[in-house]
Amino acid sequence: MINGVIRMRRELMIRLLRSYLAGTIDDDIDKIPCQLRPRDMASTRCCPYKDRAIIKYRLMALLGAAWEDEQDESRPLRDYLRDALAAHARPARPLTVCGTGCSGCEDGKYQVTDACRACFARPCTYNCPAQAISFRSQRAHIDQDACKNCGKCMELCPFHAITRAVVPCEEACPVGAIRKNAAGVAEIDFAACIFCGKCFAACPFAAILERSELLNIVDDLQRGRKLVALVAPSAAGQFPGSIGQLFAAMAAADFSDVIEVAIGAEMTTAHEAAEYRERMAAGARLLTTSCCPAYVEAAKKHALAIVPFISNTPSPMLYAAQIAREKHPEAAIVFIGPCIAKRHEATLHPGVIDWIMSFEELGALLAAKGIDVMSQPEWPMPRPAAASARHFARSCGVTEAVLKELAANTHDHDVEAKAEAVAVQGRVIDGITTKSVKQLQLYGLGKLPGNFLEVMACPGGCNNGPCSLSC
Amino acid sequence: MSEKCMIKVEVCCGTTCFLLGARELLALADDPPAAWQGRVDVIATPCMDACNGNRFSGSPYVRINGTLLSGATRDLVEQRVNAIMAKPQPERSAEQ
Repeated sequence: MINGVIRMRRELMIRLLRSYLAGTIDDDIDKIPCQLRPRDMASTRCCPYKDRAIIKYRLMALLGAAWEDEQDESRPLRDYLRDALAAHARPARPLTVCGTGCSGCEDGKYQVTDACRACFARPCTYNCPAQAISFRSQRAHIDQDACKNCGKCMELCPFHAITRAVVPCEEACPVGAIRKNAAGVAEIDFAACIFCGKCFAACPFAAILERSELLNIVDDLQRGRKLVALVAPSAAGQFPGSIGQLFAAMAAADFSDVIEVAIGAEMTTAHEAAEYRERMAAGARLLTTSCCPAYVEAAKKHALAIVPFISNTPSPMLYAAQIAREKHPEAAIVFIGPCIAKRHEATLHPGVIDWIMSFEELGALLAAKGIDVMSQPEWPMPRPAAASARHFARSCGVTEAVLKELAANTHDHDVEAKAEAVAVQGRVIDGITTKSVKQLQLYGLGKLPGNFLEVMACPGGCNNGPCSLSC
Repeated sequence: MSEKCMIKVEVCCGTTCFLLGARELLALADDPPAAWQGRVDVIATPCMDACNGNRFSGSPYVRINGTLLSGATRDLVEQRVNAIMAKPQPERSAEQ
């Protein structure tokens, strides 16, 4: 759902790209913050100057730079642009926290709102274990020094007059990887971060930013370098028009070829089904999917017991890259999807994927080039991917595809194999949360049932990734 | 209701408008206010070319009975359409 943060992010992308494509970016880029926040315009924060500073940091992130690495505050964006265009590799860390934009949201304090009626029952006062609630001026008052943050008052108030202030990024992070530092500014602990992007999507001040590779991609396109786009299965429904029209739009944006990652998903399905058979035959009790990089990271960093059960099968992105590399050995490969963790996955496989682009960034590129998806003809797809492979983008999609594959390759006379296929006990974790990270550990320890576990970091699957247009 | 009483809401689904909020406006087609039933036609259209030059900040654009509306939000579109619906319909007056 569109909001101020999303709108600003997309508007900045379009503005930056239009300026780049017009050949005026060197002159324009340092003017963008002033153009977007003139001094007589109502500011979102304390003053237009702070608004402008934050726009500058947002542009820096679009150029791949991190707020944390800034050495010289007076350094113009033009210099960051030069660095971005000279870069040949993606940043090691896909996210940055713009400390200047972080509001330093107050930690989970309980607060009494105007809805308090100072009722006769006063269950808050009677049941507060810390005796932290008193009544003044016909309203409950919480002594924050005495409060134990148990939440009983909020639970019992008949008027729902007590609320808990949350820190959205901390609340959203399933692994406790983001915390405020001594200066009260949010900081990501990358040793714990799983790159799920939940903090990025949750911050209402847009302080958490993705470090983009957009300018490198557009620069390559402009210089006539051959670029092949690998489009994630979740592209369906992201843009107006059909998937064929979207591919045609990408060709119009000068991509040399467009390949469905769902073709790679077909290969993942076949290999994962074969791996399931082999592992079960060898006496394993569980196999989990491996295509969600945020899940794999969560397992490695927070649920070690499940790591041995993760499938060794490469993800659809890696298989699709293999196809693209064979078909176009000289081209650069760009994966396009809704996922921040894919940036990290690509970093773990150097030389496989050249650049990563989000659906938002693709949209901004098409918008900047004036390409209307709905007006495009259908792209002549050499071979559309199987429906089951396209369904990888939604929760349960991988399980359904693997089950179908197992059933398809089981012949009636092969009684033993048939029994294996029938015995699949599929389980799904639909969205990584604090609770589901604990469940992962329990699955690894054999304390939860099931022998095939699909894990998707985003609820509903990749369709709801942090950089999708539908979120 | 005669066809002339229909109000036509065209939501620009050019890429810029789509990115900057048209997607959410299309919900008016799937889930319109009850009073709109049979009277308002909400459709997605290809790029209206309204965002050319530096006017893309005005996206998303919507055309209501031929009148262009910039910076369209669901609330704004509902207000404009409801205002048109509240006006006496000339076709009806003639019939009466």
